[in-house]
Amino acid sequence: MARRVLLVLGALVMLFPFAWMVITSITPAGSVLATPPDFTPDGANLDAYRRLLDTMPFWRILLNSLWIGVASTILQLVTSAMAAYAFARLPFPGRGALFAVYLATLMVPLQVLIVPLFIEMRTVNLIDTYFAVLAPTVASAFGVFLLRQAIAQVPKEFDEAAVLDGAGHFRIFVFIVVPLIRPALATFAIFAFMASWNSYLWPLVIIKSPEFMTLPLGLAELHGRFTTEWNVVMAGSVVSVLPIIVLYLIAQKQVIASVAQSGLK
Amino acid sequence: MTLTATRQGRRSQGSPVPRPRGRRWRHALTVAVFLLPSAIPLTLFTLVPMAGSLWTSLHEWDLITPMRWVGLDNYLTLLADPETHAAFLHTLYFIAGYLPLVYAGGLGLAMALNRAMRGRDVLRAVYFLPVVTSWVVVALMWKWLLNPAAGIVNWTLGLLGVEGPGWWTDPSWAMPSIILASAWKDLGFVMIILLAGLQAIPKEYHEAARVDGASAWQRFRSITLPLLSPSTFFVIVISLINGFQVFDQVHVMTGGGPAGSTQVVVEQIYNLTFRYGRAGAASALSWLLFAVVLLVTLVQIRAQRRWVNYG
Repeated sequence: MARRVLLVLGALVMLFPFAWMVITSITPAGSVLATPPDFTPDGANLDAYRRLLDTMPFWRILLNSLWIGVASTILQLVTSAMAAYAFARLPFPGRGALFAVYLATLMVPLQVLIVPLFIEMRTVNLIDTYFAVLAPTVASAFGVFLLRQAIAQVPKEFDEAAVLDGAGHFRIFVFIVVPLIRPALATFAIFAFMASWNSYLWPLVIIKSPEFMTLPLGLAELHGRFTTEWNVVMAGSVVSVLPIIVLYLIAQKQVIASVAQSGLK
Repeated sequence: MTLTATRQGRRSQGSPVPRPRGRRWRHALTVAVFLLPSAIPLTLFTLVPMAGSLWTSLHEWDLITPMRWVGLDNYLTLLADPETHAAFLHTLYFIAGYLPLVYAGGLGLAMALNRAMRGRDVLRAVYFLPVVTSWVVVALMWKWLLNPAAGIVNWTLGLLGVEGPGWWTDPSWAMPSIILASAWKDLGFVMIILLAGLQAIPKEYHEAARVDGASAWQRFRSITLPLLSPSTFFVIVISLINGFQVFDQVHVMTGGGPAGSTQVVVEQIYNLTFRYGRAGAASALSWLLFAVVLLVTLVQIRAQRRWVNYG
C-alpha cells in the first residue's frame, strides 16, 4: 500500500511540470511573474497563444516538424530495409567489410560531422532549406543493423518457395520479407520519428528563417525573444508537445515495448 | 546440348554458384539497387564529412578566408588549454550527478512496478511521458519551474521556510539545475530498460531463496543485482555516451553560463565554430571528444566480463 502511494505521488511529480506549463500558458501577462503564484489565474485567457501566432509562423513550424518527421521516418524505413535485405539475403563480395563500414558510421557522433556538413551545404547553396534539414537523416546505420537482425530471423524456406514460383528479389522483399518484419519496422519507425521530432543541434546550425524552422528550434527562438514572458513560451511548449503526446497515447504500448526490447539485446 | 552441359559443368568447378554472365550482371545490379539508397546518403552525409572533419582539424579556419595548414597544432593547443580541461570537467560533473540519480531512481521505480497491481500500466505510461518530450521543451519547462524569482519551486521552498537558490542563474547551482531536468526526463527510459531486465529474471530464483530463508536485502544483493547486470550495463553505456554529448538542455537552459559554469564539451564545439570562427579547433575538439567516448566505451566492454552476468 505504501508503495502504491509513493508511486502515485511520484507520478504526480512527473505530471506536475506539464500541468504547470498549461496553467502558465493561460495566465494573463500581468500575473505570470506574480508571487505567490496564482494557481487559478483570474481571467485565464488565450492571449499568449494569440501572441505566439502573431510573432511567429507557429502553425507552419508545427507542420514543418510533422512533415519532416514523417518524411524522414519513411525514407529511413525504405533505405534501411533495402540495405538490410541486401546484407541479410544477397551474397556479394566484400559484404562483411561493407557492413562493418555501415556499423562504423554508427559510432560517429553528430558533433564531429556538424562543421563539414555545414560547409557541404554552404558549398551547394542549400543553407536554410528543407533539403538541408532532411537530407542527412534519410539513411540510418542503426536502422540497417536493427532490420538486418529481423530479416536474419525470417526462415530462408519462405524466400526459396517464392523463388520456385519465379519471384525475383524485389517481389520477395516487398511481399514476403517486409510483412514478416513489421514489428521491427514499427520499433524503428518510433525511434526514427522521435529522433527527427526532437532534433535540435542540426536544425540550429542550418536553419535561419522562421518559415523553415522545426519545433525545437522555433521554441528556442521564441524563448530568446520573450525571455520574461513565460506565458508565451509555455504556450509554444504546449502546442509543440500536444501532437507527440497524442501520438504517444495512441501507440503507448508499442513505444514502451520497443524501448524495453532495445535493452534486452 | 551436351556442349552447354559440359561448359556449365566446368564453370561450376571454379565458382560455387554457376551463373551465366548476364545473370551475374543482373545480380550486381540488384545488389546496387538495394544498397545505393542508403550508401549514397551515408557517404555524402557521414563518410565525406568525417574525412572533412579530420582534414579541417589540421587547419586554422574561420569558415570564410582560406584554410591554413597547422598540422597537429589545434590538438596540442586544445590539450594545453584550461578551457578544454574545464569543458571536460563540467561534462564529467554532469555525468557524475546525472547517472547515479537516474539509475537509482529508475531501479527503484522498476522494482516497485515489477509486481502486478491495479493501474500499473497507467503509472508506467506516466513515468515514461517525459521521455517522448523533446529536450527543448523539457529545458524550457524546468527553466520556468526553477526560475529564481517567480518559479514555483522556490515559492514552495519558501513555504517550507527555505530560501531557494538562484538555480540556473547561480554558477554553483546551474549544473545541478541541468542535472535535475535531465534526470526527470530520462528516468522513465531507465525504468523501462530495467523493468524489462527484471521481468527476465525467473521467479523461481526468488522463491527458492525465500524458502532458504534469505532476507529481502540478501535476495536483492545476490539475485536481482547480478541477474540485472546486462540491463545495468546497457543503461551505463548509453548514459555515458549521451552524457558526454550533452548539449540541447545546456544550450537552452544556460548557454554554457553563468560565468562558464556549465560550458560542456559540445557547447564549446558550438561556440568555437559559430561564435569564435575557429572551425579547425572545433573539429579537433570533436575528435578528442569522440576519442574519449570511444575509449570509455571500450573500457566498459572489456570490464563487463568481470561484473556482467549473461546467465
